Amino acid sequence: MPEETRDVYATSVADTEDAEGARVYNAMGGDWDAIVDEASALREERIVVNMGPQHPSTHGVLRLILELDGETVTEARAGIGYLHTGIEKNMEFRNWTQGVTFCTRMDYLAPLFNETAYCLAVEKLLGITDQIPARASDIRVLMMELNRISSHVVALATAGLEMGATTVMTIGMRERERVLAIFEMITGLRMNHGYIRPGGVAQDLPRGAIDKIRDAIPLLRRGLGELELLFNENPIVKGRMVNVGYLDLTGCMALGITGPVLRSTGLPHDLRKSDPYCGYENYEFDVPVRDTCDSYGRLRIRIDEMYESLKIVEQAAAKLQGVQSSSSPVMVEDKKIAWPAQLAIGPDGMGNSLDHIREIMGTSMESLIYHFKLVTEGFRVPPGQVYVAIESPKGELGVHLVSDGGTRPYRAHFRDPSFNNLQAVAAMCEGSMIADVIVAVASIDPVMGGVDR
Amino acid sequence: MSEPASPENLPARPGTAPEPVVIGSRQGMFGAADGGDTSGYGGLVAPVLFPAAAVRPYGGYYDEVADLLEHALDGGSASYAQAIERVVVDRGEMTVFVVREHLVGVARALRDDPSLRFEMCTGVSGAHYPHEVGRELHAVYHLLSITNGGRRIRLEVSCPDDDRHIPSIVAVYPANDWHERETWDMFGIEFDGHPALTRILMPDDWPGHPQRKDYPLGGIPVEYKGATIPPPDQRRSYN
Repeated sequence: MPEETRDVYATSVADTEDAEGARVYNAMGGDWDAIVDEASALREERIVVNMGPQHPSTHGVLRLILELDGETVTEARAGIGYLHTGIEKNMEFRNWTQGVTFCTRMDYLAPLFNETAYCLAVEKLLGITDQIPARASDIRVLMMELNRISSHVVALATAGLEMGATTVMTIGMRERERVLAIFEMITGLRMNHGYIRPGGVAQDLPRGAIDKIRDAIPLLRRGLGELELLFNENPIVKGRMVNVGYLDLTGCMALGITGPVLRSTGLPHDLRKSDPYCGYENYEFDVPVRDTCDSYGRLRIRIDEMYESLKIVEQAAAKLQGVQSSSSPVMVEDKKIAWPAQLAIGPDGMGNSLDHIREIMGTSMESLIYHFKLVTEGFRVPPGQVYVAIESPKGELGVHLVSDGGTRPYRAHFRDPSFNNLQAVAAMCEGSMIADVIVAVASIDPVMGGVDR
Repeated sequence: MSEPASPENLPARPGTAPEPVVIGSRQGMFGAADGGDTSGYGGLVAPVLFPAAAVRPYGGYYDEVADLLEHALDGGSASYAQAIERVVVDRGEMTVFVVREHLVGVARALRDDPSLRFEMCTGVSGAHYPHEVGRELHAVYHLLSITNGGRRIRLEVSCPDDDRHIPSIVAVYPANDWHERETWDMFGIEFDGHPALTRILMPDDWPGHPQRKDYPLGGIPVEYKGATIPPPDQRRSYN
């Protein structure tokens, strides 16, 4: 490597004084050994390695800045912001219903949680929380718990992949596919659904959806069993994960950590139990807890939680099956909040129901005007602010929503659990080996879409 | 007719109940500032009113929290009356408006008092109210007490736009480290005492603070078959 190598990635505002005399090695697909040899020949005392933002094991565009002493990490910092898309700002320029389309894209592995959190906040601002039909809440619970499974399964799959276990990855993705097929049948999309809306859900379950879910549950159970066989007592997994990424209860409290990481310290804190929403108090389920405070405990918690989710899915499906959809609405009665037309599956995919189109185009000018007003203007929300938190697969997903009485959010802020939990990287990784960083970060399960928003 | 009206059916006499807080006003109905307004609706002016300060009893556990906080602040650097501007209870949530100089003391009392014990801060969010002169920027903190069965409380602090300083509570709640960096990044509120207040979501050399209301959304017009649609923040819209 020539002497005059410059750091081509340095920012213009970098502290040049601090970097005085430091050598920069840019590894771009070259021979790593050559760089290591050169660095060791120079007897560098302090090596700072930039892991990411384009590293296969950083869960998207996470950048880890690691200071190394040999293979030991002496300082770890996380750099984020590479996937910032201005979702919160954009939501201020669309009406309340359209906001769902934006926030669903934040944590893209748990879109239905984003939608539910946002819609619960809008409903609280409107003061219509009690008026949400029970069927809509049941559908929300059903979808969220299926989504929890698909999110956790990806967490395990990627964690396994990062430790070199490709079979775990293929099994995980296969199980996720079962859930996504259900989502596709119900919402029309595999991700970014825009299905849960302020006031209820966009449309009722299509015919055959409950049967499809019923068919999938034993398959999912079997898939989870396979994952358990591969993970639970696997000596390599345990060797890599036990006592790695240690963070105890004090650390979790100080750093505001929630979700499986908090529950791996033995505290059974779950908002579904402590502050139920969407009727979670009516479901039988347990909150899995471990007291090992390490990555392995978090892995086992995620597996146990998926079994609990399956229990909830079964209960929700039983509730939904007994009732005829025509007699129980899935949208709030207030016609100004519910969009005028329920969607229907037409020959060309999804659209407004043909009956509705026939009415507004053929018979009633008044209906047409109202349809136009309600869809283009939207509804107004009384001024004020609310904070609503739900238990997403990663922890507490909070929404701070402010209205100024207009048709659009005045301010929408999302407290994404991954954003907060990534702060624990330094506490979990400093002093450990560089290989353990991968495992520790995977045990937080950060999704950069949610972190950067 | 002759029956005397019961007191609760009469509007409160001026000065007896707190007034709602005016944070701005809305003009017209359709947001269109240009073009001829033949409807007359463009002349409408309506104030934007935020919930007024609550009067005792607040209901729920909020009275208890307020009493305990008053007790916990006793003997500290500032009393309850000095540190707390007002308390708003709205939509089942309690908001405590804190004078910014006393924020750290209040946060510490909320965390450390054994019967309050709000051990977790779930971050700070900002809000920009450009028409609320002298208190344009707000920082909103949400606290959670797992010990006391999931109690929640909101702290709200404001600062004027030409003196954007709010003390950092990272020393009390380390979890707020990144959240305060995000609020600085997005709103330009400087959290004094933060260990490393740098940008977190935007690039290091980014000019401006994007979530402020005076910062444009940006975007380019979309052209399709000769017609042009302006970017979202310049489109005609309802207000």
